Amino acid sequence: MVAINSEELGKRIAEVFTGSVVSADKEMLVVDSVHLFQVATYLKETPGLDFDYLTVVTAADYMEYFEMIYRMVSLKQNHSLILKTRLYSRDNPTVASLTPLWRAAYYQEREIFDLFGIKFEGHPDLRRLLLWEGFNGHPLRRDYL
Amino acid sequence: MEIIRPEVSTPQEADIAEGQLINSFISQCTSPIPDPDKWLEEDLKRNILLTTVDTALAWARQRSIFPLMFGLACCAFEMIGMAASRFDAARFGLDIFRWSPRQADLMIVAGTVTWKMAPAVRMVYDQMPEPKWVIAMGACTISGGTFRESYSVCPGINRIVPVDVYVPGCPPRPESLLYGITRLHAKIIKGTIDNPSLSLK
Repeated sequence: MVAINSEELGKRIAEVFTGSVVSADKEMLVVDSVHLFQVATYLKETPGLDFDYLTVVTAADYMEYFEMIYRMVSLKQNHSLILKTRLYSRDNPTVASLTPLWRAAYYQEREIFDLFGIKFEGHPDLRRLLLWEGFNGHPLRRDYL
Repeated sequence: MEIIRPEVSTPQEADIAEGQLINSFISQCTSPIPDPDKWLEEDLKRNILLTTVDTALAWARQRSIFPLMFGLACCAFEMIGMAASRFDAARFGLDIFRWSPRQADLMIVAGTVTWKMAPAVRMVYDQMPEPKWVIAMGACTISGGTFRESYSVCPGINRIVPVDVYVPGCPPRPESLLYGITRLHAKIIKGTIDNPSLSLK
């Protein structure tokens, strides 16, 4: 498994979706949260990229913003990519769900919704996963006690 | 025995009457009265032990504990180690781990109890028939341990069910758990027929 050159990939995506790429270096590709679903669809369905397998969805809280981290793999092309997006709203962070593209995102997005309070638009069944209904707060946020 | 009062007039006559009474009594008592256990055979007589119902019941209970298989985290492996051949809990009558709470009378809570698991712990405890005992095994079960401040962990099993023996350790060695079980034996032997688990009623 070889990491794809995300710097070049970023240039290519910036041509297709104008204004979608925030930054692109060797490690990761950071895109705008508005364009996330389009970019993900492009990555999955373009021949030559063929990212058919989403291994990890996770999130991180940097206080100024939430960062969504997607790690995807192409079993056909034998390469991998780290895709990130940043959500600057703290009260109502919202991002498009990637469950319609990769079924693997289903439970991980539910877990992120539970522990970070990030809402996923287009998720078929967005409920808490680990904690019980009526639990106050989202424990993995930095400002949770 | 009926008391015979002879009708006499002088002290001397009374003494004679008393002497006759004693002599006749002696002549009646030549052979011993048979013991109530004479019907028993000689071998059996030597093996009879007198005790109270409380002690006999408690003794039987003490040596026939059926623990509930209730492993929640890493402590469960020490519990399994205790039950397996090396440490051999069967020496203490703790033979078969039951999967059903209805067939068990000792719940060894081994591992971190989260608040999401807590209603299930209580339900399993309620399903166990009386008399029943609880061993809290390991730091997490006793007090929440490392996770005491956590939002998701119950800080101490004694908030959910009454605990008889606490076995500290992280996790406790199988020897510790065996020692805890001998302490439980010491508690069970003190039980009475109306309150076998010495619970506060």
